[in-house]
Amino acid sequence: MVEWTEQERSIITGIFANLSYEEIGPKALVRCLIVYPWTQRYFSSFGNLYNAEAIRGNPNVAAHGIKVLHGLDRAVKNMDNIKATYAELSVLHSEKLHVDPDNFRVSSAGLQQMHSAHLKADRLVSRRLTFPLFLHQLLADCLTIEIAAKLGTAFTADTQAAFQKFLAVVVSALGRQYH
Amino acid sequence: MTSLSAKDKDTVRAFWAKVPGKEELIGADVLSRMLVVYPQTKTYFSHWKDLSPSSAQVKKHGKTIMAGVGEAVAKMDDLTAGLLNLSQLHAFTLRVDPANFKIISHNLLVVFAITFPKEFTAEVHVSMDKFLARVSYALSEKYR
Repeated sequence: MVEWTEQERSIITGIFANLSYEEIGPKALVRCLIVYPWTQRYFSSFGNLYNAEAIRGNPNVAAHGIKVLHGLDRAVKNMDNIKATYAELSVLHSEKLHVDPDNFRVSSAGLQQMHSAHLKADRLVSRRLTFPLFLHQLLADCLTIEIAAKLGTAFTADTQAAFQKFLAVVVSALGRQYH
Repeated sequence: MTSLSAKDKDTVRAFWAKVPGKEELIGADVLSRMLVVYPQTKTYFSHWKDLSPSSAQVKKHGKTIMAGVGEAVAKMDDLTAGLLNLSQLHAFTLRVDPANFKIISHNLLVVFAITFPKEFTAEVHVSMDKFLARVSYALSEKYR
C-alpha cells in the first residue's frame, strides 16, 4: 500500500489541475519517440514517423499523447488505489498487446475498445518483443522533462520527488498483471 | 552503447556554450535535487554539515561537478583518455556506485529543461542523453 503525505497529494493534484493536456501530452510522447527512437515500434500504425518533423506534425501522435495524460488522470483521482485502477489496463497490455511492461505503461479508458477492435492476433504475436528493463521509465522521464520545462523553478526538488514517485507507482501498477 | 555522431557532438557543444555564467546555479540545483529526490545518495556526503541547496558546500561541489562535465565536453573526441584521472578518482577514492551516474545525468537533464526550456528540445535532449551516457561509461572504466 503506497503512503502519500498531504504535501505529495497536493503537489500531484496541483500539477494535473494546472496542466494543459493538449499541450503537454503530445510534447511528452513526441519527445519520447525522438529521444528513444526504438519506442516507435509500438506506433507503426500511426503513419509517418520518419524524422522529428514528421513525428511533431503527426496528428495520431498528438492525439495519443493527450490520451496518455487522461490515462494518468485516473491515477490522480484514485491515488489510494492506483493498483486496482490500472488492473484491467494491465491485463490488456500483457495479453492483447504483448507489450513489454517495461516499455509502455500508460494508457486511457478508450484504449481497450480501440485495441480489441483494430488489432489482429497475428500482428500481436509478431510484436512480441523483449526489451531491457528501463523502458517503462522512458515515457515517464520525458513527461518529467516536459513538466520541468513548463513549470521552471516552480518544479522544485520536492515537486520532482513527488511527481517521480507518482509515476513510479503508476508504472508498477500497470506491470502487475504481466506473467 | 551508441557512439556519438558528429551531429551529437556539435549539438552538445552548441548547447554547452549557453552554460558559462550559470555553472554554479545549475550545479547546485543538480546536486541538491539529487540529494532530495534520491535520498540514498546522501550517503556520499555524510561528512557535510549542511545538505540544503543554499549550503556553501553544495554550491561549491555543484561547481566542481559542472567543471567535470565541461572537461568532458572539451575532451569529447576521446572521453576514455580524457577522463582517465576522473575515472580513477571515482573508482578508487570516491567509490561512487556507477548506478548513481544515471541519477545525476537525469537531474542534469531536468535542470537543463528548467533553465533552458526553449533550447532543450528533443533533438538536444537525445544528443545530451547520449553524451552523458558516454561520460558515465568513461567514468566507470577504472572500476574493475
